[in-house]
Amino acid sequence: MSETSSNNGARPVGSGAKLVYVSSVVLLCAWVIVPIYFLLINTLSSPETVNSFPKSFFPEFDFGSLHFFAEFSGMITALKNSITVALLTMTMSILIGAPAGYALSRFDFVGKNLFRLLILLTRAFPLPLLALPLAVMFIQTGLDDTTFGLSLVHTTLAIPFSVLITFSLFSGIPLELEEAAWTLGCTRLSAFRKVVLPLILPGITASAIFAFVISWNEVFAAAVLTIENRTLTAFLLQNLGTSPLHLKFAGGFILVMPALIFIFAVRKYLFAMWGIANR
Amino acid sequence: MSSRILPYFLISPVVIFLLAFFIYPFVLVSQQAFQGDSGAWTLSNFQDVISYWKFPISLRNTLLLAVAVVPIQLSLALLMATMVSRMNKGRDLILYVWTIPLGISDLAAGIIWLAIFEQSGFLNSMLSGLGLIERPMNLLSYQSPVIVFTAIALAEIWRATAIMLVILVAGIGLIPKEYYEAADVFGASKWKQFIRITFPLLRPSLQTALVLRVILAFEIFAVVAALGGTLFPVLMGETYAYQFDLLNSGAAAAIALIILGISIAFTMVILRVLRVPKGASI
Amino acid sequence: MTVKSKLVTAVSAIAFTCTAYAAQGEVLFWSTQAKPVEEAQAMREQVLAGFSGGVDYQPNDGGPWITRLNAELSAGSGSIGVLGALHGDYAAMDPENLVDLSDLGVASASDTFNNLAMLGTDTMQYIPWMQASYIMAANREALQYLPADADINALTYDQLIEWAANVHEATGEAKFGFPAGPDGLKHRFFQGYLYPSFTDGVVRTFASDAAVNAWETFARLWEHTNPASTNFSFMQEQLLSGDAWIVFDHTSRLANAFNERPDDFIAFPAPAGPTGRGFMPVLAGVAIPATAPNIDEARALVSYMLEPETQIATLRTTNFFPVVDVELPDDLPPSVQAAGNAIAAMSGSADANPGLLPAGLGDRGGDFNRVFVDSFERIILGGQDIRAVLDDQKTTLAAIMNDTGAPCWAPDAPSDGACPVE
Repeated sequence: MSETSSNNGARPVGSGAKLVYVSSVVLLCAWVIVPIYFLLINTLSSPETVNSFPKSFFPEFDFGSLHFFAEFSGMITALKNSITVALLTMTMSILIGAPAGYALSRFDFVGKNLFRLLILLTRAFPLPLLALPLAVMFIQTGLDDTTFGLSLVHTTLAIPFSVLITFSLFSGIPLELEEAAWTLGCTRLSAFRKVVLPLILPGITASAIFAFVISWNEVFAAAVLTIENRTLTAFLLQNLGTSPLHLKFAGGFILVMPALIFIFAVRKYLFAMWGIANR
Repeated sequence: MSSRILPYFLISPVVIFLLAFFIYPFVLVSQQAFQGDSGAWTLSNFQDVISYWKFPISLRNTLLLAVAVVPIQLSLALLMATMVSRMNKGRDLILYVWTIPLGISDLAAGIIWLAIFEQSGFLNSMLSGLGLIERPMNLLSYQSPVIVFTAIALAEIWRATAIMLVILVAGIGLIPKEYYEAADVFGASKWKQFIRITFPLLRPSLQTALVLRVILAFEIFAVVAALGGTLFPVLMGETYAYQFDLLNSGAAAAIALIILGISIAFTMVILRVLRVPKGASI
Repeated sequence: MTVKSKLVTAVSAIAFTCTAYAAQGEVLFWSTQAKPVEEAQAMREQVLAGFSGGVDYQPNDGGPWITRLNAELSAGSGSIGVLGALHGDYAAMDPENLVDLSDLGVASASDTFNNLAMLGTDTMQYIPWMQASYIMAANREALQYLPADADINALTYDQLIEWAANVHEATGEAKFGFPAGPDGLKHRFFQGYLYPSFTDGVVRTFASDAAVNAWETFARLWEHTNPASTNFSFMQEQLLSGDAWIVFDHTSRLANAFNERPDDFIAFPAPAGPTGRGFMPVLAGVAIPATAPNIDEARALVSYMLEPETQIATLRTTNFFPVVDVELPDDLPPSVQAAGNAIAAMSGSADANPGLLPAGLGDRGGDFNRVFVDSFERIILGGQDIRAVLDDQKTTLAAIMNDTGAPCWAPDAPSDGACPVE
């Protein structure tokens, strides 16, 4: 799979094909970036420009809208809460979900299909309807208005992703590899630790990203279950729809940035997987 | 630990978790769907919801959108995943760029795409800048349902393809390189390699990606509300209208259960078609 | 294990640095009003900062608002101290869940409002807090197309249509704007403006011949309405962008346009039809839920909200007008001046035909609104026959009225028992 760049393999890729390949990569990148660039333009524009027509395609670097949010009281606390909840969600969903993913991929057990269905159901029923009984339960148990309580709910949302993703990753690792380790004297646990875990660990990053992003972007439960310990999303996003355009864009931008930075920060784990394939 | 008990031990944390934070509230809410005002058991909520004139429209819209969007997302994600697997230089950066939409909530995506499609938005600005139109066109109007549908579909494809991409990329990464090297030796074309090696070995990941994506497609709401306004009712929008505008929890639960039923049906089909053999091995 | 251990370290580090920001002793003000980020901030800094006890002002969308409130009520304990919401939100609640405020010693200057605030009981379930209305606004560029014989402060529906048609013809674009989007307040236009102006009623006359005429007239106006109106929920946005030149909306949803470019826009009264100039107030109230943690402090906050200075500060930030008698200062923001003049012209006009907010519908208020929204979507967007749609929707409306037993409200003639759909 190395011909593309060197172009001197057994069957060199034609320059026409290469052109198509490169231009599609560029096109797909533009497809993703351009809408975000528009968001950036509107974020860095004065209210007059945001409402004007035709729109300019270059930002005018007016920081008024961002400045407004910087002055907003409670932003820093809300940001901290958001990060705490997202990291808790990430950790819990992996620690709880990965063993189940392993069980699904390696064992046939009675109730397996029921279990898979249960996991999928979680994603197929809208949370805003479940929020009322959850909130009552939380108020009665004292979990209400804590970052930990909210991360429990977010973990519930992230579990289907973490179980199913780890399931597909474990399924991709040959059982023979583990069996070989057993014959060499490993117990199931030590074989898992020494053989499977190193292979799977980078891939788990994918499910960590999901967990983080799900938690980061979740509005409804956050708005209902936190009062004084609000997350940034509950604090900002839920009132964004009714805000004037320029603040809508700036608020949207502020919400998008941390998630992008997070994905950027963990990207190298995402790609460590390639090392395995090219072992 | 014996291999008879071990799987139950491994899944028990998830089961306990979901019992407390999903099944318990879910049972409470679902009960309401089968109860009338007096608390007696009845199917009247389902009758009310289904006989409402907007129900068939929102059901059709939801299905139509899923049918239009999911296959495109699947092929796009597969294409991107295989393209990335052929890269040496710049792979990190390209893949990062392609996964960016993952971090964008549906609300934010709605804001972004409305800025493109609205009358004084970026698309019209571009067209008028190129001299293609004299005055801004009204793209999202009730007179042009096709454009409204296309705009919603584009926004959804933009926002939610990355979910499938990440899962597929993780899956492709586990396929041993030797298989492709062997195929190269035997002179198999790239296309043949994709069909004979990548596709079959990717089945577990494909299954996961498709199931999650389809379920999420039936839950679509915020992007549709931002771009389609009231023109494009979808099932989840109706659910929220019952719950929060009409304060009719019974009807809201009923329509949510209908969505759940549809999701389960589609999931079953996908699981059947892309069945992963026991202890799937490479 | 590096990834995992790093995560754990990061989590504990952040949990450690993040000391819980506890606002002990503050009254939690749980509101559906003043939601836009700028208004919320102004509420905190300019309106509530003067309250001695300290307030945590948290505005929310309707969904989380009612969910949280209901959760606290059914759990039997909570943290919400004071509620701020529209009359319609309270009307859907069980009066048992609100603390009786009759002995608080504050009330609005309007008996009508005070009666509404009793929610059908004999006691004050909430205290009227602030009021607004729906008005018309236009871009000054549109004024040149105003029909020659028309007075902008006394328009009729026919003149409005002619005006919108003139603009349409001159610019080539339909520039009337109507808030028919998902969050738009279109139902209030039909209930409080179109129906009173054409049928002198809302419920009784729902499917009358005069109502058919009303919908026909609205359909004519719709021909000159920006077809993207089904996406519009806050007409200030389309005024500012120029996508609409003549609009109808809630005063607080037009405010930004006047405040950002006061010289470009003009506010004026709603038009008149054959049975007068229909218009409707918007009423918001403050209340205390039965589960409030500190009722004394909450009562003090409710009283504070009704003080004249607070009411004027509220007017500046939210564009909602006082409900008590106050002397308005001269330096109010442009949006307040424009809206105030338009409302005064509207209610003071000779043919004024004020409608009241729907009352006595309880939690069926949403269903009541839906009857009007559905009629709009079927007649105007779906192009269905007006008579057939009204006859069909009439049965739904009659069922709502019979179920709730709600008596007629103005401009419908009073009824014994449930208001009949004739």
